[in-house]
Amino acid sequence: MLSRQANNLYWMSRQIERAENTTRLLDITYRMSLLPYRVDNTEQAWTDPWSLPLIINGLASEYYESNPGPITSDKVLNFMVMDSANPSSIYSLIRAARENGRSMRGLLTTEMYEDLNAMWLELRSRSNTALSHGGINDFFEWVKTQSHQFRGVTVGTMLRDEAFQFIRLGTFMERADNTVRLLDVKYHTLLPSAEEVGGAVDYYQWSALLRSVSALSAYRRIYRDVITPKRVAELLLLHEDMPRSLHACMNDIYEILGKLCKRESMEPERLAGELHAQLHYGRVDQIMEEGLHEYLMEFLEKLHTLNVELNQQFLAPVFNPDSKIAQGAHQTQSATQKQSA
Amino acid sequence: MSTKTPYNEMLTADGLIREHYRAHSEWLKSQPSDFLQQKQREANALYTRLGITFAVYGDESGTERSIPFDIVPRIIRPAAWKIISDGACQRVRALNAFLKDIYNDQEIVKAGIMPEAQFTGNPAYRPEMKGVQLPGDVYVHIAGVDIVKTDEGQFYVLEDNLRTPSGVSYVLENRKMMMRLFPDLFGRMPVAPVDHFTDDLLENLRAMAPSKSSQPTVVLMTPGAFNSAYFEHAFLAQQMGVELVEGQDMFVADDVVYLHTTEGPQRVDVIYRRIDDDYLDPLAFRPDSTLGVPGLFSAYRAGNVNLANAIGTGVADDKSTYLYVPQMIEYYLNEKPIIANVPTYRLSDPEDLAYTLAHLAELVVKEVHGSGGYGMLVGPTSTKEQIAAFRKIIELNPKNYIAQPTLALSTCPTFIDSDIVPRHVDLRPYVLAGREVTLIPGGLTRVALREGSLVVNSSQGGGTKDTWVLEDLSC
Repeated sequence: MLSRQANNLYWMSRQIERAENTTRLLDITYRMSLLPYRVDNTEQAWTDPWSLPLIINGLASEYYESNPGPITSDKVLNFMVMDSANPSSIYSLIRAARENGRSMRGLLTTEMYEDLNAMWLELRSRSNTALSHGGINDFFEWVKTQSHQFRGVTVGTMLRDEAFQFIRLGTFMERADNTVRLLDVKYHTLLPSAEEVGGAVDYYQWSALLRSVSALSAYRRIYRDVITPKRVAELLLLHEDMPRSLHACMNDIYEILGKLCKRESMEPERLAGELHAQLHYGRVDQIMEEGLHEYLMEFLEKLHTLNVELNQQFLAPVFNPDSKIAQGAHQTQSATQKQSA
Repeated sequence: MSTKTPYNEMLTADGLIREHYRAHSEWLKSQPSDFLQQKQREANALYTRLGITFAVYGDESGTERSIPFDIVPRIIRPAAWKIISDGACQRVRALNAFLKDIYNDQEIVKAGIMPEAQFTGNPAYRPEMKGVQLPGDVYVHIAGVDIVKTDEGQFYVLEDNLRTPSGVSYVLENRKMMMRLFPDLFGRMPVAPVDHFTDDLLENLRAMAPSKSSQPTVVLMTPGAFNSAYFEHAFLAQQMGVELVEGQDMFVADDVVYLHTTEGPQRVDVIYRRIDDDYLDPLAFRPDSTLGVPGLFSAYRAGNVNLANAIGTGVADDKSTYLYVPQMIEYYLNEKPIIANVPTYRLSDPEDLAYTLAHLAELVVKEVHGSGGYGMLVGPTSTKEQIAAFRKIIELNPKNYIAQPTLALSTCPTFIDSDIVPRHVDLRPYVLAGREVTLIPGGLTRVALREGSLVVNSSQGGGTKDTWVLEDLSC
């Protein structure tokens, strides 16, 4: 298929997944903001839980540009949910996903396009009430449901062709990226004092994080014990049966790339294999020794490299005049050379 | 202005129904009274739902709308079709020979038939094309030849469309619609099918591939979703089963065109391009074009890719070159023109100009390089003020205009409000040139929906009809 088509489909599913993950992140922020602690030192604005979604998504400077003054929950929610000028807001993400889907309508099933279109239309009609008091939880649930539904329609109706693989690839690449970023949340949430580590606030923060990735009950079932950072890290990084864990995401990414990389020794498949092995054979003790934050940042860097390779190989290749046209170009290479000679 | 009643394709002067319309009329008589109204509503609703639209340039409010579709078919007898078909094909053969000539030896100049300045002075002339050899010497692969009828057996060619003629999707969609609305009629009448058009087109494009490849890759190149004919581009690509590509999907390496695909570069052999010459290649033509492919022209010159239509065909379809087409037919084909040109005055000629200015109220005046019914004056239907205003425009630059007598275009039965009434029509058959020159039995009949109007352009309130060519009249 054309690279442009693959690119639009890949981003369509990334955007839907990102809208869901942004919702999860705002949800955890909301829960944390309800916890009973205050930091009075206003110079450290980042200690406010509402700065979290901005820091994690790298949106702090964009936010301050349009929102001077102290951070408030209303302002951050508006910026992250309904601000059409912010390309990373949930509003913009769903709009962009729908545009991507519309331009590739011929490659989607009717059900998929209708679902996507209905999502966008309802978002527009909800735009007034989404942020009102009490409405926010309802809205978060709605976004998550929409994302689940679109994924379900995709898996349930689409031919397992190349287009399908690129859609799935987008979902898991975005999810992997998000899981890393979400787990890093705790690094940014300083506790009021060192004594609080392991205390009630610390506990609530970890449980909010687990809940935001629908992993709290799974944690309880697996560990049947108190919540510790090490176990949370193990669950969300290494546990392959946990659907939003990094390991689970890399399982899917590696499998999809195995199908898409038809030529030998293609870089995306090799990179994904390396990342997959790192998780498959990784031990949580070692990760904690290295430092969780450092480990996560390094992983994020590698995911970024993988995305660069995906662009070059599939989605937005740039022709390099020094490199030979690969074997994939069919026929008459020799005839061409004869003519130009 | 002709005082004669326009030729009515259904009724004789005595009000009798002509033979080829009889089966349709009898069938219609047997239907309930509000039958057509119901069917017209159904057709309108279907077209809206299917999103069959065109964009109107310069209309800020509703940039996209459905083209009005009339549910009464235009019926053409086999004998009349033979004239149209032979005449249109003859023209395209002559025009292809002409293009080959002016971009190579220019024999027509040496023979004293046409001055060199006639084409070198034309903005659509591409000196870059001189000496470029094309597969099969075909320049125009798809042509739309606009033909009108004024009397029994009397046809004229209004103009040739040799660049990126559009509208063929309506021919196919209109037929589909008619078969859906009136299936029983097709059982009663021997209507020649048209749906093989896209198969013929694809076969032709493949046959024109430059290399000896057994499986040449054909693509359809569109300027993008905002183009007025995007629906047609997507429709034709889908019907042919070829990729619908934009400039950004392609690149050129070592004078070979490739597609960016997820499986690496894929070589392109033939591009059916629906984008103007100017925008094809920023390195060769307009440098500010972002729609094209850098290096495409160089690959084309090197013979590694073919374009349909060729670059520089516009030089043969403007209204001043049009005047020479009958001579081209005699010179290149050694044949008599089967369909005549409309008698035309060149306003660059002082005598013609004087005559035209004195008879503006009777004439149609058109811009030499204009298209689509813009920038023209239809004398008989214009007010004195409109004529006076246009006179000033002509006087500023007379050589930019030609004038023609107002033809009494034939009329066809058309369903307006709740009645069947005569309305003026023209016809655009689509001629395909490849190994041979062919056309499908049918074409786009455009109809001026306003009473008395002669302007059939969709941008000016015209509609379309399905065109039925009967295979025989024995039924």
